[in-house]
Amino acid sequence: MALNKEQMAQRIARELRDGWYVNLGIGIPTLVANYIPEGMNVELQSENGILGMGPFPFEGEEDADLINAGKQTVTLKPGAVIFDSANSFAMIRGKHVQLTVLGAMEVADNGDIANWKIPGKMVKGMGGAMDLVASADNIIVCMMHTNKAGESKLLKKCSLPLTGVGCVKKIVSDLGVFDVTPDGFKLIERAPGVTVEEIRSKTEGRLVVEGEVPEMAV
Amino acid sequence: MNKVVANADVALEGIRDNMTLMVGGFGLCGIPENSIAALVRKGVKGLTCISNNAGVDDFGLGLLLQTKQIKKMISSYVGENAEFERQMLSGELEVELIPQGTLAERCRAGGAGIPAFYTPAGYGTEVAEGKETREFNGKMYVMEHGFHADFALVKAWKGDTQGNLLFRHTARNFNPLMAMAGKITVVEVEELVEPGELDPNTIHTPGIFVQRIFQGSNYEKRIEQRTTRKRN
Repeated sequence: MALNKEQMAQRIARELRDGWYVNLGIGIPTLVANYIPEGMNVELQSENGILGMGPFPFEGEEDADLINAGKQTVTLKPGAVIFDSANSFAMIRGKHVQLTVLGAMEVADNGDIANWKIPGKMVKGMGGAMDLVASADNIIVCMMHTNKAGESKLLKKCSLPLTGVGCVKKIVSDLGVFDVTPDGFKLIERAPGVTVEEIRSKTEGRLVVEGEVPEMAV
Repeated sequence: MNKVVANADVALEGIRDNMTLMVGGFGLCGIPENSIAALVRKGVKGLTCISNNAGVDDFGLGLLLQTKQIKKMISSYVGENAEFERQMLSGELEVELIPQGTLAERCRAGGAGIPAFYTPAGYGTEVAEGKETREFNGKMYVMEHGFHADFALVKAWKGDTQGNLLFRHTARNFNPLMAMAGKITVVEVEELVEPGELDPNTIHTPGIFVQRIFQGSNYEKRIEQRTTRKRN
């Protein structure tokens, strides 16, 4: 069974480490916040200017002046801090944020990522994605393995305009976990019941499979 | 030194057609609502607006798109605006999309006397096309120029008559950076106070960056995505 969105978020949460500052992108990456292990101290950075972002407010306590990068109303944890956009991206470009999790339309086996523009469609803009992928040492892409047409999103070469080059380190898809290595996508774990053959058939880019690949504990 | 003006209409004196404006805010959070409304009343056209977003159809910079006062938008994300999309696809509106961190730094740099800087953002993408690139310590960077604007329109929470400003929560965003980069920086505040009422140690934007300030009114503070959780 392929992973659902919550399970993908849970799997990514296992990559978190105590004391990290983490930027979670819009969509499935945002769900990772729900699975930060008990007792682990992880501070969430929102690029519109928050460190120490808390959960959504209780009904009736929404504050128009307090939103996240997805423009959703949020709260502040004790010890949180607010800053301007230049300072926010200084944290990002200056590599003070230890992990970035974001979605993608395509990833190439050399770590290139495309996630901001589809030619011929309305372009909404890259927001902070180009700054994030150009700078972070540790980037996890969270995405479905194939697009709605069933075509692989793990490619030899991105077909869409790039967001960044050679930057993705790890992918968590609904089918498995992959490290991006000089030899291509290295399969680290399979989703429960998903075979190596299925993953191979749905991966257009170079796939590296070494020995028995364990099934993910969900 | 008298920076205080009566209202937005007075504050925007001198804005003419085809000028470049910086407009603070992230989404609809921390936007200069009063100044935007005054721009609509003023009817100036051909504006180039540097702003992270373009508002929504009926609020924020969307109001200036409705009246076709904007010629060009320089933004990082413009996703929530149907009229914007129509004007962009029909070619009526020129749009330059740049990475959010680059946008912020270009404002800061312009205001700080830094003509250009190198950033890794956008290297190897179409954002870097036609721009100088350079290697530092084995990594490639793109040269980006500082921004200047004829007017910067800023929204703050509290400000004193000297123009010293405090912002509230994430309504800060681009506002302090744009305040630095405007030839004339116009600030609207929710609360205008006398000198001495703000603690000098906590000021976010020193008044030297501000030319005009006024007490704003009727803040709508619209929420784009109202997300909540249930109690227990």
